[in-house]
Amino acid sequence: MEAAAVTGPEASGGSGRLMREATIVLVLVVLVALWEGYKALWQAAGWGWPFPVNDTTMPHLYDVVHAFWEPTTTGGPPLIHSLLDAALFTMKEAIAGFLLGGVFGFALAVLLSHVRFLERGLLPFVVGSQTVPILAIAPMVVIGLGSKGVQGWQSVAVIAAYLTFFPVTINTLRGLKSPDPRAVELMESYAASSWKILWRLRVPASLPFIFTALKISATASVIGAIIGETPASIQDGLGGAIVNFNQYYSLQPTFLWATNIVCAALGLVFFGCVVLAEHLVVRRAPEQLV
Amino acid sequence: MSSDASAASVVSMAGLSKSFRTGTTALVDIDLDIRPGEFVSLIGPSGCGKSTLLRIVGDLVQPSSGTVLVNGKTAHRARLDHDYGIVFQDAVLYDWRTVARNVSLPLEMLGWSRERRKERVREMLELVELVGFESSRPWQLSGGMQQRVSIARALSFDPSLLLMDEPFGALDEMTRERLNLELLRIWEQAGSTVIFVTHSIPEAVFLSTRVVVMSARPGRIADIVPVDLGHPRTFATREDPRFFELVTQVRESLALGHGEAAGSRSTSAPEVY
Repeated sequence: MEAAAVTGPEASGGSGRLMREATIVLVLVVLVALWEGYKALWQAAGWGWPFPVNDTTMPHLYDVVHAFWEPTTTGGPPLIHSLLDAALFTMKEAIAGFLLGGVFGFALAVLLSHVRFLERGLLPFVVGSQTVPILAIAPMVVIGLGSKGVQGWQSVAVIAAYLTFFPVTINTLRGLKSPDPRAVELMESYAASSWKILWRLRVPASLPFIFTALKISATASVIGAIIGETPASIQDGLGGAIVNFNQYYSLQPTFLWATNIVCAALGLVFFGCVVLAEHLVVRRAPEQLV
Repeated sequence: MSSDASAASVVSMAGLSKSFRTGTTALVDIDLDIRPGEFVSLIGPSGCGKSTLLRIVGDLVQPSSGTVLVNGKTAHRARLDHDYGIVFQDAVLYDWRTVARNVSLPLEMLGWSRERRKERVREMLELVELVGFESSRPWQLSGGMQQRVSIARALSFDPSLLLMDEPFGALDEMTRERLNLELLRIWEQAGSTVIFVTHSIPEAVFLSTRVVVMSARPGRIADIVPVDLGHPRTFATREDPRFFELVTQVRESLALGHGEAAGSRSTSAPEVY
């Protein structure tokens, strides 16, 4: 009798994890060294190409980190305080947009996969929707929905959803079609309805595809939320903070850099949540995990 | 006898033909009756339509003309009534499900209760000797074990007819011979009727009560060889002189069928050994 040949994915032990964490720290150190080294070299040599290097164009990283604890207004709370508030606000928009876009994107894919002529007729428009710059759409969404009494942050969520749904639709569509024709025939041999084939076969088979899309959408929804805040004139989020600190860049460049770091961190948190969910949900052969 | 033969048959095919839209004719004028408890192999060169024939019986492909009755019903009705289980060349297991949940998949479709499913899955895994692998994932099993899971799944809901499309074609010779013995044991225990598509002459003779020899393009029945080897069959059966005689008979029928049908296309050798 044959023995179970392959061991589970759990077999990759703790040493691989340690290696990965060490690599992340190492890359961070290298990036910091490159930044500070470049700055030191260009300043010492007085090179003006491709751009003049000084404390405004490239502030010291420790100044950027230090800026988190500086007050934004005299006697006011430290920057980190207002940035965290802004991040929470933007996160609310991004989560709402992510969920909205994810559900819509999934539903659209299911519809397109079941109605052949719709896929042919509608898909070009779905693709086309993504070639329109978000900056052109955002004011229309905000003004249009605003006239219907929709709150500003909800309009921004719709804009984030606009960026989110597309990868989900495209990948889900591919995933729904991914099962082996034999697997479909097997379900047909059980006289399964197409509803059952969808939920017992097509959707489980699409999960790796869907999670690949959700990873893209996770960061896209954060970007959509930040960009959407600008035409909506929303001051409470990270987009508002970027616009604000942009105006004072020549006086206080570290504030904008600090805001960028928070934006990146928010995107990473979103991404991490999706990866975590994927590990909990997708049970697949180890080599098939993306 | 002949009038009620179709009523007593598990499968009754009359004047079956199949042409594809591409213009190729896969099957011409197939008449075949399969009685309860029979183990019938379909053998023939590649492209002789034996898999297509199996799929017509399973209502996965529609014939161009002719009729198929399964248990006296149309193939479509039989499919809706869960009259047959199917095993493909690949195990086609769902790798997001454990072995046990793969076996219980058709039972879920039939709306069995959780307790009944659990009980049946245990019985089926005993039957295919995979007790202890309930919570394994398909990709943790060898090809032979995967195919046994697929057989357990096909038999789980007691279908009266088992359709097998080259189920052991992708396995090595040793695994294949052992699974042949196991399949015979399961067939005798379950008392089901089997239609078995294969490329292998010894496999067809070893397993079957009848071997249906098909000719190539367009596929038609060239010969039907009744296998009068006794049961139960063992490893020793393969050394029985009668076994060799039957293998020779099937091989000659294949060559004859091929010679008739080939004519201008004599270069395409049958993929049999």
